[in-house]
Amino acid sequence: MDLTLSDEQQALQEMIAGFASDRFDIDTVVRAFGEPGGFDRGLWAELAALGTFGIAVAEDLGGVGLGVIDAVLVHEALAGGLVPGPLVAATLAAGLVDGVIDGSVVPALLERPAHGPVVVEHLRDADVLLVVDDEGVAQVDAAGLGGTLLAHPTDPITPVTLLEAVPEGERIAGPEVAQAWRRLGSVLASAQLVGLSEATTSVAVEYAKERQQFGKPIGAFQGLKHLLADCFMRTEVARSAVWSAAVNIDEPEAGDIDRAVAAARLMAARAATENGKTGIQVHGGMGFTWEVVAHLYLKRAWVLETQFGNPDDAAELVAAAVAG
Amino acid sequence: MQLRDTPEEAAFRAELREWLAENVPKLPPEPDHTDWPGRRAYESQWQRMLFDAGYAGINWPVEGGGKGATPGEHLIYLEEASAAKAPEVTVGFVGQMHAGPTIIAEGTPEQKAHHLRGILDGSHVWCQGFSEPEAGSDLASLRTKAVRDGDHYVVTGQKIWTSNATVADYCELLVRTDPDAPKHKGITWLIMPMDLPGIEVRPLITAHGTAEFAELFLDEVRIPVANRVGEENDGWRVANVTLSFERGTGFVGEMLDTTNLMRDLVQIAKVTPKGSGTAWDDPGIRRELGTIAAELDALWAYTKRNVSAGAKGGLPMGSGSAFKLSYAGVVARLGDLALRILDRASLAMDDIGGQATGAQVHGRLHAFAVSLGGGTSQIQQNIIAERVLGLPRER
Repeated sequence: MDLTLSDEQQALQEMIAGFASDRFDIDTVVRAFGEPGGFDRGLWAELAALGTFGIAVAEDLGGVGLGVIDAVLVHEALAGGLVPGPLVAATLAAGLVDGVIDGSVVPALLERPAHGPVVVEHLRDADVLLVVDDEGVAQVDAAGLGGTLLAHPTDPITPVTLLEAVPEGERIAGPEVAQAWRRLGSVLASAQLVGLSEATTSVAVEYAKERQQFGKPIGAFQGLKHLLADCFMRTEVARSAVWSAAVNIDEPEAGDIDRAVAAARLMAARAATENGKTGIQVHGGMGFTWEVVAHLYLKRAWVLETQFGNPDDAAELVAAAVAG
Repeated sequence: MQLRDTPEEAAFRAELREWLAENVPKLPPEPDHTDWPGRRAYESQWQRMLFDAGYAGINWPVEGGGKGATPGEHLIYLEEASAAKAPEVTVGFVGQMHAGPTIIAEGTPEQKAHHLRGILDGSHVWCQGFSEPEAGSDLASLRTKAVRDGDHYVVTGQKIWTSNATVADYCELLVRTDPDAPKHKGITWLIMPMDLPGIEVRPLITAHGTAEFAELFLDEVRIPVANRVGEENDGWRVANVTLSFERGTGFVGEMLDTTNLMRDLVQIAKVTPKGSGTAWDDPGIRRELGTIAAELDALWAYTKRNVSAGAKGGLPMGSGSAFKLSYAGVVARLGDLALRILDRASLAMDDIGGQATGAQVHGRLHAFAVSLGGGTSQIQQNIIAERVLGLPRER
């Protein structure tokens, strides 16, 4: 039993975080990626060249050949730096769809809806749409899909398109791959939620140390200290659940994978949304402005918490597992 | 990272599981929560069985008489003991989790020879004399005074929240030996035999009706200087050796027992009529239960992180506080959910309808022991805010 980072894993997270802060500064993220036509394929390819998407893909398929846990660590660091784009889709598709691993093909991803129009992230910038259902994975050329690009996405960095109907597409993988994608996709989104939880806390803590009221830093008041301590607690509890789920996928005999993945989603969604809200509150009125970044963490959390399973469904799944 | 057992761990688990299956059934029926002499006898019998089988002091070092298990084996022990419904550690807690580890780390050879074996084999029960009426969260302001008189300290004062005092043989006692020094610098850690003249124990009944605590009134109690652990006036540092132990893994065994309580609650919900079905048919109840279970799973994973990090070079700062803060929250929510499920059956701590409903009500009240004992949740928040996040200190 060991749930600590190796030196290599620590270096991996530092490398990704460093790249994110060098190349994806906040102006680039919001201006370039947030606006139509702003998706920077050059920067996306640079990200791919680090091995980001192929981290858990076998070496003979052009990947790095590491485990799900390493992919999780990468996604924590990516989200901590608010790196934009279809990160989960690209990581899932890297071993299956040509061109995704080097960034030349940009995928969008969707779980086939039972009914009605559906909202898809990142379709605006995608070359292919990958549709996951119980039968497997289908691929659709994004160019002919149409749909309506929505003018006011809740998260300004995550463009969303309304699709009236989802075509059948070309079947590229069967049910085993679909099951694996759902688990891995869920745990990667949860890993990003952990990265957001930690980053929004750090931003709020720095503000609480600087902002002075009543003659002292507002972080000296217990009212704020206790809010921020809870943020730290939620992040660490969620991180534990997500790491454990990732290692469980790497070691299927270690436990019930679906329960672990669902527990990770519950804890990570709670941490990112609660910490995101606290992040805004700690900034006071400025936190409610477009200019201060606090809102971006919460909005990204809202995007991610429903990817491959929402907290309510996850709670039902864990309850059913306990009841046996 | 690795979750699966190594071959050595798998062998340890198999052997332990077999031993537990064979030996837990040999115990007499568990005494009531209010019967402390009965609990002492029951737990001491179990501790003796563990000792004879070589499992006592599972995570104590070998030189202290313990098993010296690896962190992985320690967690396997906690997991398997809880799954086998082996007796909870209650009267043995202070000895095994505080006093013993402190004596191993700081005691004299004579103190080790005299005390460690008794804790391990269940013949000695300890209590903790730290808190005072005016020294709760601000423990270092304690005032019980000890005046040197030849080979003795003469101790006078009052202690409160002294767990197990009514059935204890020894007390780990913090006293003030230098009233003029800064408050952290004038404290000394003493071993107090509970049969000395001048000690009065008054049981303190908790909100769930048990006498697990007591008040201690000390009137010129003469404690030999040889019973001092560490140097005079160095007791604050000595005490923190044990407090960090408590915030590390001290609550893990209890958390696993809470997981058992949660499983029992599911069984109760499945047979408790509600509307046209049962309480378990209510999605609100199921989802709350699922969320609580997820958090308990996460806390078990957090424990693995902390224990494996500890083995590599030390507990990460604040991790014990974050664990306890989270656990205190989830155990309270489990109790709240239990009251919703029990409905009118929650009006008594007795079992109703052939179900173990009393333990659920008891559990809701016991949750306050978690959010108050060993540093309140608000103190844990202060520790995290100041020592981990680096926010300005209050004091």
